[in-house]
Amino acid sequence: MSGPSTYVPQTDLTRWLDSRLPILRLAHDTIWTFPTPRNLNFWYAFGAILTFCLGVQIVTGIVLAMHYVPNAGMAFDSVENIMRDVNYGWLLRYVHSNGASMFFLAVYVHMFRGLYYGSFKAPREMLWILGVIIYLLMVVTAFMGYVLPWGQMSFWAATVITNLFTSLDQVIPHLGSVIATWLWGDFAVGDATLNRFFSLHYLLPFVIAAVVGLHIWALHVPGNNNPLGIDVKGPQDSLPFHPYYTAKDAFYTGLFAILFAVLVFYLPEFVGNPDNNIPANPLVTPTDIVPEWYLLPFYAMLRSVPQKLIGVLVLVGSLLTLAFIPWLDWSPVRSNRFRPLMKQLFWVFVVDCIVLGYCGSQSVDAVRFGMPMVVVARVATAYYFAFFWLIMPILGLIETPKPLPDSIAKSVLGTSAAPAE
Amino acid sequence: MRFALPLGLALAVVSSAPALAAVGDQMPLKHVEWSFEGPLGTFNRADLQHGFQVYKEVCSACHSLNRVAFHTLSEEGGPGFTDPQMKAIAAAYKIPAGPNDKGETVDDKGQPLMRSGIPSDYFPAPFANEDAARAANGGALPPDLSIIVKARPGGPDYVYSIISGFGQKPPPGFKVTEGKYYNPYFIGWNIAMPPPLTDNQVTFADGAPAKIEDEAKAVVTFLSWTSEPHLEDRHRMGLGVMVFLIVLSGLLYFSYRRVWKDAH
Repeated sequence: MSGPSTYVPQTDLTRWLDSRLPILRLAHDTIWTFPTPRNLNFWYAFGAILTFCLGVQIVTGIVLAMHYVPNAGMAFDSVENIMRDVNYGWLLRYVHSNGASMFFLAVYVHMFRGLYYGSFKAPREMLWILGVIIYLLMVVTAFMGYVLPWGQMSFWAATVITNLFTSLDQVIPHLGSVIATWLWGDFAVGDATLNRFFSLHYLLPFVIAAVVGLHIWALHVPGNNNPLGIDVKGPQDSLPFHPYYTAKDAFYTGLFAILFAVLVFYLPEFVGNPDNNIPANPLVTPTDIVPEWYLLPFYAMLRSVPQKLIGVLVLVGSLLTLAFIPWLDWSPVRSNRFRPLMKQLFWVFVVDCIVLGYCGSQSVDAVRFGMPMVVVARVATAYYFAFFWLIMPILGLIETPKPLPDSIAKSVLGTSAAPAE
Repeated sequence: MRFALPLGLALAVVSSAPALAAVGDQMPLKHVEWSFEGPLGTFNRADLQHGFQVYKEVCSACHSLNRVAFHTLSEEGGPGFTDPQMKAIAAAYKIPAGPNDKGETVDDKGQPLMRSGIPSDYFPAPFANEDAARAANGGALPPDLSIIVKARPGGPDYVYSIISGFGQKPPPGFKVTEGKYYNPYFIGWNIAMPPPLTDNQVTFADGAPAKIEDEAKAVVTFLSWTSEPHLEDRHRMGLGVMVFLIVLSGLLYFSYRRVWKDAH
């Protein structure tokens, strides 16, 4: 789809540059003229929104790092210093901490959108897998970032998660313990752990940015999928990215920023845990150790299995499964608009993820709505895996899709309309 | 629809406080209309100053306020003391002094050298260390109050309910542990803190009423400020940011419609 370049340098300087480093040509072809399906809806704005989120996190993070002290004895105090004495430190920190939540909110919408419209199917498998890699990097980065303020929940989240590796002791004696000790840099979570988490938390966003570059590259080869899930068949089906999608993405990014600002200015502690305003204390375990909301579904799956090693395998499996989706869904039809059965089961899956998140937020022995939450979590975990490993392949064989429209242009402009432009 | 995901999850976390069902379960918190709630909320100055007095005369006997510096007492968005008032408050505290010009750290009697507080000092702690604090409080550690309001589920309502929630009769069959006090807002109901407030325990200079509820409301307002000293700044900037973003999004909407007019 990204056909021959149409860039024509206009000045001596740009001609000179173009024959040496065609960077303006690259920008022109990928940002200006890049042919984009003309029917992309609201849900496609989240690519731009995620780029915005990554930028916000990196900029606020770099400034926060100028004031933060990665030392177990001083980290909490340095964060409080940022909140109290650094000029606009409270703003930087609240943007950064809530920015993580907004980032995950956007990435989940982006992922569900890709799932719904079949954006992971051929020829976009690499695009999807790079997305899964970005998501996994985000999870690791967010987890390490959550540890840095060195509050009670920081410390105990780090302890619980790194201790998952000790389950490997059941495979080869001492293997897990050795790995955990190596990760901690000590015999428990402590100053050495905090230091390396800070170092990696600073590094990984730039790795994410690099993989985002690959993700966009992989997008620009086959071009965007679209809500109809059918291929672009000619110029009448697409619009140049600029000004059409720059304008559309800018507007939706503005709306997203409003929601972001509501959280930062009016509900800055809404997604946080009060326990993290208590300095880390290795001698006092909080009653309930809960991760941030965006990791709750996976936490619920981990806890729903009574055997530790199998629980860890379920957790890892739930994440790795995402990478296999392009080969699990055999249906030639991409968009769920034309898959009546898949469409319903997709929404069940969305609800399933919310249920898992709710289960993860409750204590292990909780009984809610007359149901023991651990049993609900088990059923929901079963559906999570069944959705990918059973429903996807089976529906690909048995489902009768609705007829697909002839072209994007006809579908958008009406059957009688002549091709635009 | 899909925004329901984080919202639902977050609500689930917030609403997970169990209802009063079993012995030791927390009673539903009392709710107070706080002046600093809501998008335009500000701290009530009188409450802040009264609350400072309650902290100074009551709470500070056991609880430190380590993260609060005296100079913040006269800064914008705070209790609104004048600079001379703030300096007088600071000067009334004795702070461990550094070595004198002879390099001595103790006086003739072997006592540590002390000096008067200055604006850049922080509130001195009532106990020298954690062990001293525990020894004086039957083994329990009175927590630092600087960010206590943000460190407890329920925030200001929780702290208010705890300090004004004493004096109720324990349910029949519930035995209060020796050396502890019954407080149904405290998980487990046995709290090591003795009832801190009584009616008219503090006399406010402006003659404002000082029943337990007034004292509690004042000191919780003060501690909410120490927890979030830039709250007023945040609310004020938030208003500006919201207006800006809404206008910006409006303009972006019109440019988006205009760009797309010829496309569909």
